[in-house]
Amino acid sequence: MRLTDKVEEAARVLTICNACRYCEGHCAVFQAMELRLEFNADNLDYMANLCHNCGACYHNCQYAPPHEFNLNVPAAMAELRQENYGIFAWPGFMGKLFANNGLWVSLLSILVIAGFFLMTSMKAGENFMLAHENGFYGVLSHNDLAAIFGLVGGFVALALLMSVIKFWKTMQLGNPLALDWGRVLQGVKDALTLKYLDGGNGQGCSYPNETPSMARRWFHQLTFWGFMLCFAATSVGTVMHYGFAMEAPYDFITLPKILGTLGGLGLLIGPAGLLGIKVGATADVKGKSNKGMDVTFLMLLFFTSLSGLVLMFVSKTVYVGPVLSLHLGIVMTLFLSMPYGKFVHGFYRLIALIAFAVEKQRHKPVVGTE
Amino acid sequence: MSTDQKEFDVLVAGGGQAGIIAAIVAAEKGARTCVLEGAPRTHRGGNTRHTRNLRPMHVGPLSVLSGTYDEEEYWDDLMRVTKGKTNEHLARMTLRKSTEAVGWLEERGVQFQPPLGGTLHLGRTNAFFMGGGKQLLNALYRHAEKLGIEIHYDAMVEDIEFEDGHFKNVTISDGRIFAAKSFVAAAGGFEANIEWLKEGWGEIAENFLIRGTPYNKGGLLKLLLNNGAQKIGEPDQCHAVAIDGRAPKYDGGICTRVDCVSLGVVVNKNAERFYDEGEDFWPKRYAIWGRLVAGQPDQVAHVIIDDKAIGSFMPPVFPAETADTIPELARKIGLDPTVLETTINDYNAAVQPGEFDHTELDGVHTDGLEVNKTNWARTIDKAPFRAYCLRPGITFTYLGVEVTDQAQMKMADGRLAPNVFAAGEIMAGNVLGQGYLAGIGMTIGNIFGRIAGSEAADHALNR
Ligand SMILES: Cc1cc2nc3c(=O)[nH]c(=O)nc-3n(C[C@H](O)[C@H](O)[C@H](O)COP(=O)(O)OP(=O)(O)OC[C@H]3O[C@@H](n4cnc5c(N)ncnc54)[C@H](O)[C@@H]3O)c2cc1C
Ligand code: SF4
Ligand code: SF4
Repeated sequence: MRLTDKVEEAARVLTICNACRYCEGHCAVFQAMELRLEFNADNLDYMANLCHNCGACYHNCQYAPPHEFNLNVPAAMAELRQENYGIFAWPGFMGKLFANNGLWVSLLSILVIAGFFLMTSMKAGENFMLAHENGFYGVLSHNDLAAIFGLVGGFVALALLMSVIKFWKTMQLGNPLALDWGRVLQGVKDALTLKYLDGGNGQGCSYPNETPSMARRWFHQLTFWGFMLCFAATSVGTVMHYGFAMEAPYDFITLPKILGTLGGLGLLIGPAGLLGIKVGATADVKGKSNKGMDVTFLMLLFFTSLSGLVLMFVSKTVYVGPVLSLHLGIVMTLFLSMPYGKFVHGFYRLIALIAFAVEKQRHKPVVGTE
Repeated sequence: MSTDQKEFDVLVAGGGQAGIIAAIVAAEKGARTCVLEGAPRTHRGGNTRHTRNLRPMHVGPLSVLSGTYDEEEYWDDLMRVTKGKTNEHLARMTLRKSTEAVGWLEERGVQFQPPLGGTLHLGRTNAFFMGGGKQLLNALYRHAEKLGIEIHYDAMVEDIEFEDGHFKNVTISDGRIFAAKSFVAAAGGFEANIEWLKEGWGEIAENFLIRGTPYNKGGLLKLLLNNGAQKIGEPDQCHAVAIDGRAPKYDGGICTRVDCVSLGVVVNKNAERFYDEGEDFWPKRYAIWGRLVAGQPDQVAHVIIDDKAIGSFMPPVFPAETADTIPELARKIGLDPTVLETTINDYNAAVQPGEFDHTELDGVHTDGLEVNKTNWARTIDKAPFRAYCLRPGITFTYLGVEVTDQAQMKMADGRLAPNVFAAGEIMAGNVLGQGYLAGIGMTIGNIFGRIAGSEAADHALNR
């Protein structure tokens, strides 16, 4: 099993926590720690992915710096997540992209956006700068779009699936079919409700600062459901197109448009809010090496939505070509970076929460008194 | 100097639970209030930072607490540990008022931990702070700031001025003077002051580890005593436990505990046993082991367990010394291998048959030894063997100032200090003359903090 600096630091930190246990009420990490007791890389990867970086256990830690134990659980967990995202990447060598993630995603976005401008303008010729009856399909045909994104989407899905399988195995979850589905549902519920951003008693997480607040939970929900609605909009559109020969563009009061617009709004407000909180957050809690990754991911989501909404408004105007290229470039960057960026946290956290829900049955807290 | 002087209604020295609560109560009554905390902001709240819970009396379930813990049971528990060394009037008042403590704190943003999945063994007697005492402090400081209380950090009180028995002002470390109509002394005990500990313990105090804040040096307590306050308690009375000898000199807090004493044997530096390790459940007994280890040569001891004990105690923070034979283990921890082997062999030979059960007083004991083990006496014979080094860890001291049931400080000449009140560890000795009951420290601080703040405000505002 791997033994890196980050694994060692996480093990050091949790060894102290395990002897202290004051934070066991805050979140699943500490209860998982009390169950697994051994701090090897696999177990630590599990606990790191249970951590939502809510900050509670940092602000409430009696050993936080400047104490000589210099304890910072959320930072140690964030650093380890950054490392293990890479470990679980598929194909393996792509895992390197998690280091300096912000940088390469930014570079990629420039390349991809420029590429789309080039490709679209070449393919569309003079149509690139004209208004069209059928909106952006006048610039790039539905089939072309479907082909490009279908291909990339297929690869992304495969890469994510491979990573998820590897992670699942490391979590010691065993055969999915043999699981107690009541517990699995509990895990899914804990993930969807962002239970562990509630501080333990529903008071909210200590992020961006020591004062508990629900802001982060709300912004994250807006982001997540915004994303899901956009995803649903695209899926519904695809079904309508191929299944019912109802071709885009759709009117404003059609299902894909309503879903897309609502989702788009969520994806504007959510990421903007999360970015705002992140900027104001206490520096110590965040971990050092993952900032770029988090920020670029949020920016990508935000600009995907913004450019999508703008596209909706200009799709019958002469600006359609350039705005389409920009939007597609951003969406493509988001797609390509999905298996190699912050996006993966959703899957890993979900699986970790399922593993926890299954194991929690056995949890018997041992407490000390004074 | 007087150009720098600030004047308040209520001045509180010490920003642990007792002090910050007193300040909040005073400010809620409308008093202009100031807190002088000797530590920097990062270390604010002294020993309170390291706490886990308090012990409220309750009839029927209360917030996170289950069942009933009534006055008689509480009182019996207190009598058992203090052996009567308590002021019954103050103690019973404390117990009765403790019922409101949880609700009072919750109303001001403090979070308590609901019982987790399994059965929280102490969910009946002790209310656990979510995340520990630092969470409690963070919430109370936030509340205090909202109330407009002026808080100064790095503000060690170094001098105090009385005029005709009236408190006038204090001077802090940077020379600034703070005056007020009434004063609350809540600056903790003197456990971090090794020189003072030596007055009670002699030179051996050099070898003590201090589990809590390095800032509780008892400076204010000494000032009060020098100005005629009535002393209560003895300098060697304190809460002392046996902790891992590798713990930091100060501030090691809770995680340095070693909870496997009742599962093994404890030997001193001569590799000899000296006390019944199985006398009672560890949570009931750990508070006497600090004193026991302090009584051994070089104030050091070693607890030795075998592989059977693994998994049945809270994991200690530092790894054990491990060896496959007892002599090898002895060499590793610097004991005489033949003596240790004899000690263990004698002990093993004296173990009587029985059904070992660590969840109850199982009566599995040794026979015929000079020091017998009366419960959980299993042979130590399954390798690998492990050893943890133990030293006395001082939690907090009991010597303090005497107070009335209005938290008013008594003077040695029998009068009352008209405008000085005391709360928390600095007066805990009034209730806790000796021994210790889990959660009573915070309970005393909570109750007397509220009384002191209220009385100080009333005095200042002429109510
Ligand atoms: C490791 C550990 C665990 C504990 N766990 C528990 C528990 O679970 N339950 C429980 O009931 N009790 C517990 N206790 C005991 C408990 O900490 C104390 O009883 C309680 O905190 C006392 O509160 P206080 O406000 O009087 O003192 P403190 O919290 O110690 O506050 C005193 C404050 O005064 C400041 N100060 C000191 N000198 C000066 C000065 N000259 N001028 C200005 N400020 C000064 C200090 O910086 C400090 O902030 C524990 C103690 C320790 C060490
Ligand atoms: S208080 Fe600190 S050491 Fe204890 S469990 Fe919380 S984070 Fe860990
Ligand atoms: S930061 Fe929050 S989620 Fe992470 S371990 Fe600490 S309390 Fe749990």
